[in-house]
Amino acid sequence: MPGPMKELRDGSITHALLGRIGSKTSGLEQPVRIMEVCGTHTMTIHRYGLKTLLEEAGVDMVSGPGCPVCITPNEVHEACIDLVTKRESLILASFGDMTRVPTGKGSLQTAIPAPSSRVKIVYSPEEALALAKANPAKEVVFFGVGFETTIPGIALTVKRAADEGVPNFSTLSALWLIPPALRAILQAGETAISGFLYPGHVSAIIGLEPYRFIAEEYGVPGAVAGFEPNDILLGVSAILDQIAEGRPGVHLEYGRVVNPRGNPLAQAVMAEMLELRDAFWRGLGRIPRSGLGLKERYGAYDARVKLALSIREGSEDLPGCRCGEVLRGLISPPQCPLFGKRCGPDSPFGPCMVSFEGACFIYHKYDRTRGSE
Amino acid sequence: MCLGIPAKVTRIDASKQGKVDYLGTKVKVDFSLLEDIRPGDWVIVHAGFAITRLDEEEAQETLSLLREILQAQGE
Ligand code: SF4
Repeated sequence: MPGPMKELRDGSITHALLGRIGSKTSGLEQPVRIMEVCGTHTMTIHRYGLKTLLEEAGVDMVSGPGCPVCITPNEVHEACIDLVTKRESLILASFGDMTRVPTGKGSLQTAIPAPSSRVKIVYSPEEALALAKANPAKEVVFFGVGFETTIPGIALTVKRAADEGVPNFSTLSALWLIPPALRAILQAGETAISGFLYPGHVSAIIGLEPYRFIAEEYGVPGAVAGFEPNDILLGVSAILDQIAEGRPGVHLEYGRVVNPRGNPLAQAVMAEMLELRDAFWRGLGRIPRSGLGLKERYGAYDARVKLALSIREGSEDLPGCRCGEVLRGLISPPQCPLFGKRCGPDSPFGPCMVSFEGACFIYHKYDRTRGSE
Repeated sequence: MCLGIPAKVTRIDASKQGKVDYLGTKVKVDFSLLEDIRPGDWVIVHAGFAITRLDEEEAQETLSLLREILQAQGE
């Protein structure tokens, strides 16, 4: 203890929880629609069949912008492709799934690098920094994409590069903040949302306060939940209680992992290295103060500054791909005409089918037979 | 990239580098984002960094809640 806890997957507890959820929804007048904003939640919900079971219990689960690879717009992916195809002596270090995102210029995987350049898949930002130290004659650009979960590690790695004065390391970062994206979704008001299932590990970094405005300003309940099936049902159940009592709040179901104040060391390194920026999200468009970028004094480690990149925002999805609508919770993946036809995990047509955290990928893996709804 | 399963700390050195046991595999992890980590602690690892430590008391609380729900069901 407290390692894996089998009760969190226990089937009889799952059924007991579903029973409770069913009796809670039967007392409500409005249909209940809960948005999950984390690809790993989407994964659990589909892997364990909770999507259907919850539907039967009166709760419609809808996926939101929970996949960092997916919400990074094409122009950023294209900028990386340009770097490695047009510049010499460059190593583009990227997490694996980003290399497969298709754009108008192909993907990092299909692009042919300049003769002395290459793409290298890494599992952590530190690995990219080590690569720079091992290859002093090459510029190593780390394609740093992530939500609050990944951002502190990237910030700390840049801090180390700066402290040690590594001259050939920089990051092309796309760092996204969840709470402003949720505000944008609520403000757009395109989809009726009765509650949010907040992401467990983003919350481990930021704590509960950053979600408070959602309950206070928009009256929308929410719960931070873990990633086991019964975690999710406990979270949903807490949201239903908030709806029934008319008292929206931010419930913490995942207390074993999330400190209500978040992780102070992670917050400190983010505050030291990064500053707020407006950012352009796939599907959601430009959202004020929804991204982070390196502070000006770390320009030597910011590929946009160091390599004088001009990335023009607003490039469209490939024609036919409806990833943008999936990310806004407007359609579910099977409603895309390309789903399972021209677009599948082996030949993804859009980013939502590429990433393990992408809704199209997850639906394709677990719910293909449900058909379009 | 985001793994929900906790890993057990097996080793940590003075510069906060070390290893965890992740489902039976030893994985290199950077513990710089956490304070007072010791071997035997459980952590969540994300892209090479341990980002949070598991709290035993809170875990027990969730467990007893789940057991209560099961019992209530049986009655
Ligand atoms: S199924 Fe493929 S083409 Fe359709 S929205 Fe998803 S990623 Fe885009």
